[in-house]
Amino acid sequence: MFAAVDTKHQDLLIQNLENILNKIKQNKTPLINESFQQFLNTKNGYLVSSLVSEFLEFFSLGFTLAVFQPGTGTQVHGPDRGNLAQDLGIVENENTRDGPLLLEVMKRCQNSNSREDGSSDSSLPVLHNLVTELPLLEAKTSLSNEAILRYSRQLVLPELGVKGQLNLSKSSVLIVGCGGLGCPLAQYLAAAGIGRLGLLDYDVVEINNLHRQVLHGENRQGIPKSLSAATALKQLNSGVEYICYNLILTPKIALELIQQYDIIADCSDNVPTRYLVNDACVLTGKPLVSASALRMEGQLTVYNYHGSPCYRCLFPVPPPAETVTNCSDGGVLGVVPGIMGCLQALEVLKIASGLGTSFGQFMLMFDALEGRFRNIRLRPKNQNCAVCGANPTIRVLQDYEAFCGSSASDKCRTLHLLSKEERISAQEYKKILDEQVPHLLVDVRPPVEVDICHLPHSIYITLDKLERKNLDCLNHLNRKLLEGKQITDEEMSFPVYVICKLGNDSQKAVKILQELSGKELGVLLAKDITGGLMAWSNKVDPTFPQY
Amino acid sequence: MEERKLSRIVWGARALLSFWTAIPCGGAELLFGGLKKHHVTLPIQSDTWDIRHLLVWIKQNLLQERPELFIQGDSVRPGILVLINDADWELMGELTYKLQNEDSITFISTLHGG
Ligand SMILES: [Zn+2]
Repeated sequence: MFAAVDTKHQDLLIQNLENILNKIKQNKTPLINESFQQFLNTKNGYLVSSLVSEFLEFFSLGFTLAVFQPGTGTQVHGPDRGNLAQDLGIVENENTRDGPLLLEVMKRCQNSNSREDGSSDSSLPVLHNLVTELPLLEAKTSLSNEAILRYSRQLVLPELGVKGQLNLSKSSVLIVGCGGLGCPLAQYLAAAGIGRLGLLDYDVVEINNLHRQVLHGENRQGIPKSLSAATALKQLNSGVEYICYNLILTPKIALELIQQYDIIADCSDNVPTRYLVNDACVLTGKPLVSASALRMEGQLTVYNYHGSPCYRCLFPVPPPAETVTNCSDGGVLGVVPGIMGCLQALEVLKIASGLGTSFGQFMLMFDALEGRFRNIRLRPKNQNCAVCGANPTIRVLQDYEAFCGSSASDKCRTLHLLSKEERISAQEYKKILDEQVPHLLVDVRPPVEVDICHLPHSIYITLDKLERKNLDCLNHLNRKLLEGKQITDEEMSFPVYVICKLGNDSQKAVKILQELSGKELGVLLAKDITGGLMAWSNKVDPTFPQY
Repeated sequence: MEERKLSRIVWGARALLSFWTAIPCGGAELLFGGLKKHHVTLPIQSDTWDIRHLLVWIKQNLLQERPELFIQGDSVRPGILVLINDADWELMGELTYKLQNEDSITFISTLHGG
């Protein structure tokens, strides 16, 4: 009986979907709804949408969620029910498991109405999408009994004492970037009882952040990092005031934001933001506790504090953009930014409590591989510095992306070296494979990445070997070309497709192959695969891993 | 005898060169033959060895390719900090610093990841 009804339903559903599809195609219904997106970016919005997802999934209607996340196809998985229940404070038992969580929420509502108990959960952090004027921090003159008990183990330190603890409670700290450095930093500042913590990040939590960004969690994927961090910190210490900024730090807002805080911590991941934060700190007279980490190394310095040099004193000219490596390209061992973030927390706490810093004119370098710290004595403040010198030329904030020739928000730089005709999409390459068109696939990634995942029929020649015209590699490639040409027309330029992770290095490789074609190498026609293996995973083979 | 010894120290200084992440994309190994540390004995020359000479020597003897990632003009490229015995080279006279025997010269590039 159900089967017959099901078929009928199916027909009706298909008809309905076709109607909707036509509307979408004619673009009559706007798909991007700004107020909806904004709502989803709030903690409550996230919970509501999670509840709806869970409701639909409970009745195996999860496929309808594809509408909300068009990029991921129909396999939408909402948050884990256990985590959601925990977030909502629902204790699951045999009765609750019989229905969707939304039912439990409704029951709670009915209960509280009947009890007329006005208590509501207003303790969730608020997300700011713009900079607002904050009220002054309350200047406490004594510690409460709770505070004495809570901070007793650090209160008994003669270096800190009651005075130092009160100083902490009167201090506000802005953390620029809630990533690998920002997470441990925020954690120790919150635990130590800093008065106010500003948490700034424009990004949302992704699974590949979690190996180093230890405040976030699996159940908070997709929600803004600042909010995720505050949610975790609130559980650690609810006595601290958390201000979440879900925005990119721009020259437009930097001064207004930074002047509201006592100490600034630079935990950002790009060059333009480092110059922007530095200049804003100099112009507003704030100490800047700056750290960075990459691969197995870290650096820490305190700039612009009690006459110490600023970032520009050390680095008046930004590095050429092509020499800058970020964590997604270069990799980073999670504990390394963890260590650097903890050291940053230490210096912030010393400054806030009144002890001062040890790194005013010093840089701490950490080599994780050798387990070695080095303390470098730095130059003094440069009298000719463009921003902190005697006659500064920078009196207002600049265009830092133009100054550095790179973006403050691009997680991966996108190169445009090749024309459209010199590139093919992952789907087009799939077709070439399916039709068994003779060709060579050259993977130019480093061996460590090939070990993670690769396409089985590819040959491996790293970009740097190709750049160096390594003889073994060229011979290898030539042999493969000859083998290929035996089954095709020998006169034809043999098709070579180049692949890498994201489609940047592959473009460089195509340029080199084009130069070598007909000279060091046989005649070939090189193209690259746009978006690389990550596009292959997204668009062709969802079982192919992402990294 | 005494004078000859002295001249060897001044003109043919031995130095330890270390490269901390001086070069992106594959690390320092790309440019310095896979080694982060080089114990070098500089050849005797009529003039004393200063950092300016040392950079030229590095470019000619250690850099295998893409020198622009390390050298710009007669100095290091922006974003590389030079340390002379654990101190910022600006405190020591930068390019004009006269190398002493057993000096340790370190090249570090700024990191930006977070
Ligand atoms: Zn300065």
